[in-house]
Amino acid sequence: MSTDVWAGTARRRLADHAFAGTTRSAGLVILLALVGVVVFLTGEGLPALTAGAVDLRGHGNLVAYLWPLLFGTVLAAALAMLIAAPLSIGVALATSHFAPRPVGRAIGYAVDLLAAIPSVVYGLWGIGVLGPWLVPIYQWLGEHLSWLPFFSGPVSATGRTILTAAVVLAIMVLPIVTAIAREIFTQTPTLQEEAALALGATRWEMVRLAVLPHARAGLVSAVMLGLGRALGETMAVAMVLSATGVVTLDLTSSTNPSTIAANIALNFPESSGLAVNALIASGLVLFALTLAVNVAARAVVASRARSLGR
Amino acid sequence: MIDVALEPVQPHFARLVVAEGRLPRWAPALTAVVSLAAAGLAGLGLGWSPVAVVAGAAALHAVGVPAWSAVVENGRAAVDRLATSLVWVALAVALVPLVSLIRQVVALGAHQIDGEFLTWSMRNVVGSGGGIYHAVVGTVLITLATTAISVPVGLLAAIYLVEYGGGSRTASTLRFMVDVMTGIPSIVAGLFAYAVFALVLGPGIHLGIGGSVALSLLMVPIVVRSAEEMLRLVPVELREASYALGVPKWRTVVRVVLPAARAGILTGVTLAIARVVGETAPLLIIAGATDSVNTNLFGGQMESLPVFIYYSYTQPGLHPQYAQGHAWGAALVLITIVVLLNLAARTLGRLLALRVNRRR
Amino acid sequence: MAKSIEVTDLDIYYGDFLAVEGVSMRIPARSVTALIGPSGCGKSSFLRSLNRMHEVVPGARVRGTVAVDGQSLYDAAVDPVEVRRQIGMVFQRPNPFPTMSIYHNVLAGMRLNNRRIPRAEADDVVERSLRGANLWEEVKDRLNKPGKDLSGGQQQRLCIARAIAVRPQVLLMDEPCSALDPISTSAIEALIDELRRDYTIVIVTHNMQQAARVSQDTAFFNLAAAGGPGRLVEMNPTRQVFASPDNPDTEAYVSGRFG
Repeated sequence: MSTDVWAGTARRRLADHAFAGTTRSAGLVILLALVGVVVFLTGEGLPALTAGAVDLRGHGNLVAYLWPLLFGTVLAAALAMLIAAPLSIGVALATSHFAPRPVGRAIGYAVDLLAAIPSVVYGLWGIGVLGPWLVPIYQWLGEHLSWLPFFSGPVSATGRTILTAAVVLAIMVLPIVTAIAREIFTQTPTLQEEAALALGATRWEMVRLAVLPHARAGLVSAVMLGLGRALGETMAVAMVLSATGVVTLDLTSSTNPSTIAANIALNFPESSGLAVNALIASGLVLFALTLAVNVAARAVVASRARSLGR
Repeated sequence: MIDVALEPVQPHFARLVVAEGRLPRWAPALTAVVSLAAAGLAGLGLGWSPVAVVAGAAALHAVGVPAWSAVVENGRAAVDRLATSLVWVALAVALVPLVSLIRQVVALGAHQIDGEFLTWSMRNVVGSGGGIYHAVVGTVLITLATTAISVPVGLLAAIYLVEYGGGSRTASTLRFMVDVMTGIPSIVAGLFAYAVFALVLGPGIHLGIGGSVALSLLMVPIVVRSAEEMLRLVPVELREASYALGVPKWRTVVRVVLPAARAGILTGVTLAIARVVGETAPLLIIAGATDSVNTNLFGGQMESLPVFIYYSYTQPGLHPQYAQGHAWGAALVLITIVVLLNLAARTLGRLLALRVNRRR
Repeated sequence: MAKSIEVTDLDIYYGDFLAVEGVSMRIPARSVTALIGPSGCGKSSFLRSLNRMHEVVPGARVRGTVAVDGQSLYDAAVDPVEVRRQIGMVFQRPNPFPTMSIYHNVLAGMRLNNRRIPRAEADDVVERSLRGANLWEEVKDRLNKPGKDLSGGQQQRLCIARAIAVRPQVLLMDEPCSALDPISTSAIEALIDELRRDYTIVIVTHNMQQAARVSQDTAFFNLAAAGGPGRLVEMNPTRQVFASPDNPDTEAYVSGRFG
């Protein structure tokens, strides 16, 4: 007998290849899109190098235009992480090691809800509620700590300062960092936790001896992912911040640095010509910045995974 | 078990307990009540806001319990109690904004919502009246188009990663790029969509479909990652069972693997929709804003709920009290949509879990 | 339709790793052949090479020939999917399709290959296959229930019904009872004995008593050395393998001295 009893029909083989090819092209579309982001932003951003003061809101060249924005972006995001990182770790510990399970689950829902609220709504709340709340605190800081450059004043009357924007950002990235931290904490080997407890450790000592060392790399990466998000967050900052584009370390005055993302959102709809190109160029800078932070965060995780695998 | 040994040891053991000392179980609760009362009294006297009272009470509690513990118990126990207090304070601080935000949105938004608000646009409306119909229509259309783009691309890419890519270079590059994509700021996605459409159709372009392209850039990575995870959960045995019946690979994937992962994929897609439906920045840039209903994704500016909220609040025009009221009403509608989507996703997940349990 | 299998000088590789080396054997038609041996000796790999299932693992390949009634399985023109349509397989753990009813699980081989069959004929196939797997009486009133609702032993018989519904020439079984309780095991063993009349059956088992009970021929596999490839040590009628084997290693293994 011949072997053609088992020869597949050409049609079947074609179908298999066609399907595999389709899934592969979907993957390539994603890769192309990412390349497209870089190409299109560069293509539309480059003409801004020739832009003058008219299109750059009074700045002589693109670098002078971008630098204060970059400063504000990093300042707001760094402040936000300063607030969000300890809070997130506290909340994550509460759900993973301190709260009874049903309470922990309820907190989990609440944190998910926090993550679900759109940024534009955070913006409304930041202007309408948080700003006015913080004004008395800012006034107190201005009266008593004005010798610090951060609170040198004059104090904002509306509370729409970069510190307020940072607090809103902190609330927005808190669910992201908390979710990752919670996952890492619950992955602590039970054996190590029990070993610590068996040595007579209190709960906090157990957390310090077993949970935190195990989680360190993961926490660094979680905070960096949160930072990436805070750098790129747009609407809440655009709405809350009363920006004048200055470079200052004063956190509570009514003249504040702007951020790249907020500056784009505020000015894009009314811009034309080279001003648009300048905004796109600033977007490219923001993209590069968040990309670097995200890649670094993943590198931390990867190196940790490698050292564990050994 | 210990009973046998307990008799001779007990006096010694009891002495140890007395020597160490131990706060009663209700000590933290009592401290909390006392702290709250003290902060409340101080607040009444000094005219603090409720938030300040709660913050003061939390601070008192965080200091009070460890102090009490340091006196009655020992230093290590006091540190443990301090850490515990700080963890709970962190939680309380994190939940204050959530409660305050929802209270505010409901308080200012709920009375806005009526039949007119949901069924009228803002066309030719000055002052009171009008509604968000045009924004709801825009949000629904843009989100549907986003889903129509993102789900096929994301699902197929996930299938490639799980079933075909293996450890190949393309697959690992793709996996890395998808990770990178999850970090793209939404405003950058908007700029990308603008740059693409402006190149073809000229500068100053505003299109609903442009918003969908921008949002897809944000949604695709979420879909890929959740679908990849779900497809990996499908046991190898099912694929082998299908191969052993002489079913070609592509039909195995479509008819065996995808149905087995169906509920999980659906949950992931729903969560991804919930994530992009509230995005504002990209739509501000490429979809634009209008007061009228526009049902054509491929022509003219298209309003969306988030953009409506933004402009109503920040550029309220001649009658700010009405426009800002609209913003809060629309915010309540938007939050409700997002929460409902999240609940739907959760319910799907629970149904799946129940079914697996029942059939085991 | 049952057919005999002729294996000549078969080597099985996973990437560069040689898992099984130099196996030659003749598996007779309408008979049960048991493959026994210690863990990792390559008996499962060998079984899976008989319907090219091992190719599901990336990097797996073979050298040598496997011929079913004179037709080589590994010729360039042969489509592995076609091979699997004619050489069925039952796995260690019962794996009914979770999204399908009992009825559709039995028909899966046809339905997944998009063969349209009239309702009456489909009912016929389901009843014949379930009767063939000794499951019909237990499930005939709940054919629309999910296959996962059955007990482990019933699920395994459902998988056997699913395999014989497509009328294969050979049935390969990879430790089909190792996840089952003793009662379900004896039901499956009785079924294997009946299936022998129509099918060529090859069964991998860890359980030597099972090999002795169900098979006519037994092949003993062993590792050449620790970490080395698996080899066929001896193949003989089951009675002889267990009573007076040719090879001292076989005797050591069947008498429980190792493995």
